[in-house]
Amino acid sequence: MSTLIAISALGIICLLLEIFNLRKILIPVTLIGLIAVLGLTVTEFYLGQSFLGTDKYNMLVATGFSQGFSILFIILAVLILAMSPKFYQDRIDKIADYVALKVFLVAGAVAMVSFGNFIMFFVGLEVLSIAAYILAASDPKNLRSNEAGMKYFIMGAFASSFILFGIALIYGAFGSFDIATVAIASTAQAGSLPIWFSLGFVMLTVGLMFKASIVPFHFWAPDVYEGSPTLSTALMSTLVKVAAIGALFKVVTILSVAVTPVYQIVLIVLSILTMTVGNVTAMKQKNIKRMMAYSGISHAGFMMMTLLSIGTSANTVLYYAAAYSLAGIAAFAVILGVCRGKDNEDMTNFFGLVKRQPVLTAIFICALLSLSGIPVFAGFFAKFFVFDQMLQSGHLVLVIFGIINSIIAVFYYLGVANIMITKESETEEPLRVPFEYKAVAVIAISLNLLLGIFPSVIMGLNL
Amino acid sequence: MNITIILIILLVGAILTYLSGNRFASKVAMLFGVAAAIFSVALCLKYGAAGANFSIDWISKPNISFSLKADGLSMAMILMTTILLPIIILGTQSREFKNEKMLYSLVMFMVFAMVGAFLSSNALLYYVFWEMSLIPIYFIIVLWGNGEIVKRRKAAMTFFLFTFAGSLFMLAAIIYMYTKTGSFQLEAFYNASLSQTEQIWIFLAFFLAYAIKIPIFPFHTWQANVYQKAPAIGTMLLAGIMSKMGAYSVIRWQLPVTPYASNEFRTIIVILCIIGVVYGAIMALRQDDLKRFLAYASLSHVGFIAAGSYALTYDGLEGAVILILAHGFGIVGMFYSADVIQTRMHTLTISKMGGIKEHAPKFSVAFFISILSSIGIPLTFNFIGEFTIMFGLYQVNLWYALTIGTALFLGALFMLRMYQQVMLGEPSVNPFRDLSKTETVVFALIIGVLIFFGVYVKPVTDLVSTSLTEIVMYINR
Repeated sequence: MSTLIAISALGIICLLLEIFNLRKILIPVTLIGLIAVLGLTVTEFYLGQSFLGTDKYNMLVATGFSQGFSILFIILAVLILAMSPKFYQDRIDKIADYVALKVFLVAGAVAMVSFGNFIMFFVGLEVLSIAAYILAASDPKNLRSNEAGMKYFIMGAFASSFILFGIALIYGAFGSFDIATVAIASTAQAGSLPIWFSLGFVMLTVGLMFKASIVPFHFWAPDVYEGSPTLSTALMSTLVKVAAIGALFKVVTILSVAVTPVYQIVLIVLSILTMTVGNVTAMKQKNIKRMMAYSGISHAGFMMMTLLSIGTSANTVLYYAAAYSLAGIAAFAVILGVCRGKDNEDMTNFFGLVKRQPVLTAIFICALLSLSGIPVFAGFFAKFFVFDQMLQSGHLVLVIFGIINSIIAVFYYLGVANIMITKESETEEPLRVPFEYKAVAVIAISLNLLLGIFPSVIMGLNL
Repeated sequence: MNITIILIILLVGAILTYLSGNRFASKVAMLFGVAAAIFSVALCLKYGAAGANFSIDWISKPNISFSLKADGLSMAMILMTTILLPIIILGTQSREFKNEKMLYSLVMFMVFAMVGAFLSSNALLYYVFWEMSLIPIYFIIVLWGNGEIVKRRKAAMTFFLFTFAGSLFMLAAIIYMYTKTGSFQLEAFYNASLSQTEQIWIFLAFFLAYAIKIPIFPFHTWQANVYQKAPAIGTMLLAGIMSKMGAYSVIRWQLPVTPYASNEFRTIIVILCIIGVVYGAIMALRQDDLKRFLAYASLSHVGFIAAGSYALTYDGLEGAVILILAHGFGIVGMFYSADVIQTRMHTLTISKMGGIKEHAPKFSVAFFISILSSIGIPLTFNFIGEFTIMFGLYQVNLWYALTIGTALFLGALFMLRMYQQVMLGEPSVNPFRDLSKTETVVFALIIGVLIFFGVYVKPVTDLVSTSLTEIVMYINR
C-alpha cells in the first residue's frame, strides 16, 4: 500500500513544483522520488511486510506478485521519464503535466496488480487509462495524435464499461467486491454457480483483453501507436501492456473456478490468433511504430499462454513482461533518437544507420534479437519458460504455434536489422542523438542482458 | 585445470579484439586463438580420454546448471576448433577488410559459442551456445560477404531462417524431455525411459535441426548460396567447424537419447545420406563457380559423415568422428586455396582459370595434396575416416558400402577434373604470384595434420574410444 501512496504523492508533488515555478528540478525530483519508491518496494518485498501495517478494508493486498510487477512498472517509468526533458523540449512549459500524468499512470498500474477489492481494481484501471488517453493526444496541434487519442478513448471507454459490468455481475453472484471473499465463495459454490458469474467473468476478461490488445480486440492498437507521440507509444506498448497482462493474470487467478475446459479452448484459440495475426501483419509494415505495435500484439499472445497454467506461472509471466518491456524500451529509445525532428517514423529513416550511428544500431539489433528470442538475451528465456510451462501442462499445440510464430517473427526483426546495415542512406553524416536517449537505450538493453544471463533474479523469486 | 578457462580465453579474446582497434585486431585475435589452442592441447594431455567435468548452479527454477563435460569426443572437437581458429586467422590476416575489429571479434565470439556447444553437458546450455553461434556468422555473411548486397542478404536470411526453424523444434524436444525426466542433464537424457512414439517425435525434432545444420539431403538448399556469398573466413568457419557441430550433436545428443527411433529410421536416413553423397558429387561436376563447387563437394563429404553416424555401429561412429576432424582441416585448406586464387585472379569462375601451375609451383603442390586428401587417397586422414565408415556401413548392409564406395570414385572424378581445369593447361597470360610466407605456413600446417594423422591415427582413436563405447552402449540399450 505504501508504494501506491508514495507514487500518488509524487504525482501531486510534480504538479506543485510547476506551481512554485521549480520546473528545473522537476525531472530530477521525480526520478529520485521514483527510485526511492523502488527502494521502498524492494525492501517491503524482502521484509515481507508493509511499512504502513495492514489495511483493514483489504483494498490493497501486497503479494509477491503485485510487488514484483510494481517494481517492474517503476523501473520502466524511470527509464521513460528520463527521456522526457529532451522529448518535450519544444513544449517545455507543459512538461509538468506530462510528467505528472505518467506518474499517475504508474500509480494506476500499481493499483491494477495489487488490488484487494474489485472497486480498487476499477479505480486503478481508470487512472491508468485516462492518463493514457491524454498522453496519446498530448500533441494537440498534430491531427494524427488527436485521432489516436480519440480512438483510444472510445475503444478504451468501451472496454472499461465491459469491465465495470463484469464486476457488477460478479457482485451480483456473491454480494461482495472483496477478492478473498469472492475467491472463497466461488470455490465453495463450484458446480452450482449462477450464470451471471460466468458472464461477469467473461466480460471482465474481454475488457482486459481490449487493454492488452489481444486478437480480436486489437484493432485500435496500430492506429493509436502510430498516431501518438513516440514517447507515449513507448509507454503504452511497454508499461500499459504489461500492466494489463498482469491484471488479467491476477483476475483469472482469483476467479480460477470459471476457467472451464471450454474457456481454456477459447484461451488457446485466442492465444494462437494473437500470435499469428500480430506477426503476419507485422511483416508488411513500412512504419516502425506500427511494426512494433503488431509485434507487441504477438508478444501479448505469448504472455497470454501463461493463463492456462495460472497456478505455477506467476514467475514466468513476470519474466516475460520484464524481458519484453525492457527490450521494447531499448528499441523505442533508439526510435526516438533516430526519428527526432522527423515528421514520420518510416523505415526509410533507418536506412544505413550503421554508418551514421553505430552504437544505437547495435543496441537496436540487440533489442530486436531479444524480441525474436535469441539467446542469451532475456527474450529467449522468456519464450523458453513459457514453452516449458505449456509442455508441463500438456498444451503441445501452443508450443508448436509458438515456434512457428518465432520463425515468422525473426524474419521481420532481422529485416529491420538488414535495412540498417545494408541499405544506403541519403546522407553519410553522423547522426547526433541526445545523451539521455543513448543512456536509456544502454541501460535498458543491459538490464535485459543481465536478466538473460541471470534468469534466477526473477525465476527464483517467491511470488 | 578448469575447463571453463578455454571459454573465458575465447570470450575475453572476443572483447579485447574489439577494443584493440582495427590495426591490431587480427593480431590480438591471433594471440588469443593460439592461447586457446595451447590450452586445449594441454587439457587433452592432462585428462586424455578420461575427461573432466565442471558444474555450477545457474538457474534455480527450472533447475538448470552450467555443466561442462570434456570427454574424449568433446576434446577431439575442441582440439579441431581451437587449432583451426589460429590457422584461419593467420590465413586471412594479410587480406584487407573494412572494420577489422568487428570482424575478428565476431569470429572469436562464434568460436566461443561453438566450443561452448561442444563442451556443454546440459541440454539448455547446449542450446544457448548452439543458437548463439548463429548470430555472428549471419552478420559476417551480410557485412563482409561477396557479390550483390541484395542476393547476399537473401542468402544469409534463408540460412538464418532455416537453421533457426530447425533448432526451435529441437528446443521443443529438449523441453519435452525435461518434462519427462525433470532434468536437463545429459545423463538424465541418456537414461530417460521414453515410449516408442515419444522417441520418434523427439528423434525427428532433433533430426530437423541437425539435418539443416550439417546439411543432409534434402535439407541442403541453403548451403551453396551461403558458401558462395560468405567471405572466405566465414566459409571456412561454416564448412570447417559449424557443420561439424551438427555432426557432433547427432552422435552426442540424438542417437543415445532415442535408441529405438534411431534404429527405426536408420535405413531411411542412411539412404538419404547416400543420395546426398551422390547428388553432391553430380552437382559439383556441373558448377562453374569454385566456391559453389566446393560447397557441393562439401555436401558430398558431410553426407559421408552423416551416413557413418546413422549406421549406429561403433566403427561407423568412429569413422564419422575421424572424418569430421579430417574434413574440418581439409575443407579449410580447399576454401583457403579458393581464396588464394580469388585474391590473385579476382574471379572464381572455373572456366576462366587455367595454367596456374606454371606460375606457382608451391601453390599447385599444396592444392594438389589438399585435393588428394579430400578424395581419400591412402595415407591421408580422410582415407582412414572414409574407410572406417565404409566398414561400419558394411556391417549393416553390404549394398550401402558398395554404393557409397562408387560415390568415392565420383568424388575423385569431380575433384581431379576441377584441378585440371583450374591449374593445368596452357600457361595463362597474367602472372600468378606464388604463395607468400604466411600462406605457405597455413598450407604446411593443414597438410601436416592431414598427413600425420593419415599415417598414425592411433592418438585420435584412443582419445574418442571411451566416449564412443559409452554412446554405442546407450544406442544398443
